[in-house]
Amino acid sequence: MLNTSNTNPEKTGFLGWFSSTLGQILISLFVPAITFFVLYQGYMFLSKANAPQIVQVIVAIVWGVGGVALLYVVANWLVLKLPKKYSKVLQPFVFVGPAVAIMAWFLVIPVIRTLIGSFRDRLGNDFVAFENYKFVFTDPRMLETFRNNLLWLVFGTFFSVALGLLIALLADRTKAEVIYKSIIFVPMAISFVGAGVIWKFMYTYKGTGIGIQEIGLINAIVIALGGTPQPWLNITPWNNFLLIVIMIWLQTGYAMVILSSAIKGVPSELLEAGRIDGATETRAFFSIIIPYIKGTLITVTTTIVIFSLKTFDIVRVMTGGNNGTNVIANEFYLQSFSYNHAGRASAIAIVLLLFVTPIIIYNLRQFNKERKGF
Amino acid sequence: MAKSAKSKQRSSKFWTNFVLIMICIIWMVPILGILITSFRPSEDIFKTGWWNVFPHKEDVEVDRIVLDDSVDVDGPIEIEGVTKTFEEWRQGITMDDGRLITWYGNKRTRTLVVSDRQWVGFATDLTFKNYKDVIGGKTISYKDAQGQTITRIGNNLGGAFLNSLAVTIPGTIIPILIAAFAAFGFAWLNFPGRNIIFTIIVAILVVPLQIALVPVLKDYVALGLNGTFLGIWLAHAGFGLPLATYLLFNYISTLPRELLESAFIDGASNFTIFVKLILPLSVPALASFAIFQFLWLWNDYLVALVFLGEKNQTVTIAVAQLVGEKGQDWHLMTSAAFVSMILPLVVFLGLQRYFVRGLMAGSVKG
Repeated sequence: MLNTSNTNPEKTGFLGWFSSTLGQILISLFVPAITFFVLYQGYMFLSKANAPQIVQVIVAIVWGVGGVALLYVVANWLVLKLPKKYSKVLQPFVFVGPAVAIMAWFLVIPVIRTLIGSFRDRLGNDFVAFENYKFVFTDPRMLETFRNNLLWLVFGTFFSVALGLLIALLADRTKAEVIYKSIIFVPMAISFVGAGVIWKFMYTYKGTGIGIQEIGLINAIVIALGGTPQPWLNITPWNNFLLIVIMIWLQTGYAMVILSSAIKGVPSELLEAGRIDGATETRAFFSIIIPYIKGTLITVTTTIVIFSLKTFDIVRVMTGGNNGTNVIANEFYLQSFSYNHAGRASAIAIVLLLFVTPIIIYNLRQFNKERKGF
Repeated sequence: MAKSAKSKQRSSKFWTNFVLIMICIIWMVPILGILITSFRPSEDIFKTGWWNVFPHKEDVEVDRIVLDDSVDVDGPIEIEGVTKTFEEWRQGITMDDGRLITWYGNKRTRTLVVSDRQWVGFATDLTFKNYKDVIGGKTISYKDAQGQTITRIGNNLGGAFLNSLAVTIPGTIIPILIAAFAAFGFAWLNFPGRNIIFTIIVAILVVPLQIALVPVLKDYVALGLNGTFLGIWLAHAGFGLPLATYLLFNYISTLPRELLESAFIDGASNFTIFVKLILPLSVPALASFAIFQFLWLWNDYLVALVFLGEKNQTVTIAVAQLVGEKGQDWHLMTSAAFVSMILPLVVFLGLQRYFVRGLMAGSVKG
């Protein structure tokens, strides 16, 4: 550490007291509070001015970025004006204070507020004990979302990781590796909303009638193979799998890129030795490559599992959660913004948090193992 | 013996490439479909699949037969020696020479269309009209499958594009700046509560942001921040900061200690060290995270939907709204989807290497 002396300021005198506790809190809040105030006033001024949109946008960008930078400078200057003894204790809070305050406002405190809200009624006024949780765990709507999220989790994760691994392994042996990998990776840049449009068009159905040609590729292929076109997205429960296909299309590239670099890290001597001992390709894969990339495999799987639990945009755009395709995050959205039931929405959010808790614990364990600077 | 091993190797190479090419085709065809569709005239889109822009065989109208008044359209109708009912003619009858004869419209038209299967080359009537329509905010008109003109209000995707820029640029830079300050503080400065605070940051890395939406929206309504750019910048900063701080901490804490200590001995303040030394040295990490955050914000739907809504709508909201309102207008939806994809695709393909690096470092987050 740079400040090796962890001086505890004397608890006597106003400045001592100021710098120890209250000062730190004040400094932590000072930058964000002033930033907020100045930006807020600036924004209000901006939105009242009837400038063309492009001008407003440019001013907003400069204002936002410049304002934040300027406030750090001002806060630091103010703290350095104090006697050295106190400025040394307070200065770290100029650096970490704003980040901590914003994270507290947007993530830490909301966990508590949502937890409290989950025990209250739809408007957040009266205490209703476990009423909302009873809804979450017994209502058929909710049970359907749990079933669907389980499908997303199992099939979406499995196929994304398995396909990603397969492509990484195969591409590793070809000359055109970069081209193949780039193509599979492209969907990573596309929004889920955009992907929704792309796949809605694939599945689109026009119905039967004279002179009607199907314009969706899937139905056109079905006709070419002698079948009858179907309104695919309305067929419960198979429509869930059609939505999961979109997730696989989006996430395989991610799994592939991460796993590919892990596979490249497998020492070639290890593989050579295995081959000399007469191991087949399959054997080498399961006995050498898989154990070697296990850690990466876990990380990739975890990331995609979290993604599948929070899936929202795809369902929202494709089906709106109708026809048996509802998922937890969509039901959360409906409860909080369509049905205005804050209590139920909060309970759903808490359940979602419970689902990722094992991952939080895992992350903390890993972090405790690795931390050396602390 | 040696030859057979070699040919075996060659065939395995062939199959490897074959499988990869097939997967790549499957991966690209959906995008190709909307790309081609977005350039086709609306009338064509309603009538035929996008693959018809490629050379293919099609029934082309070669002649029309108009029945004179003496023919009773309610009874069997004889044309060129074939007698069928109106319903059958309407379904279309293939003649011995391969021509297809189909009744045109309802009974009163008394008209039949004679068509022949012919090769049709590449479509030449591609157009930018769909893009012009969807980007502009004024009324638009287009033709449907029956050739009727339909008029609608445009979607002002151009304005949404600007809004997306106004959300993403500060929404990317502000959290990175704040996170860099914090990462430096956690890595190189000593203060009480440092351990606990950083442990909490690691814990909230994967907290689903649904947790925050209801309480934060309540605050925003009280503060009048709902629907403002400032509100969404703060929200994105809040949700992006744990990962940004964590990643930048990992990077900044590995910078050579001697470098910083010598600067400190030279009398530089922490602030100077940060601005003159740490920030320039951290550019690779900052860039990786910036691309990551940029793509995430540009493609974000949920946060924008909750905190911006209809006001100052971003491209994702505009496209989703278009899907909801005009679910069959593929000429508008496909071009809108492409407008929303173009910038992230350019950034992504141009800076893929940095993105991959950020992805590797950030694979703890959901």
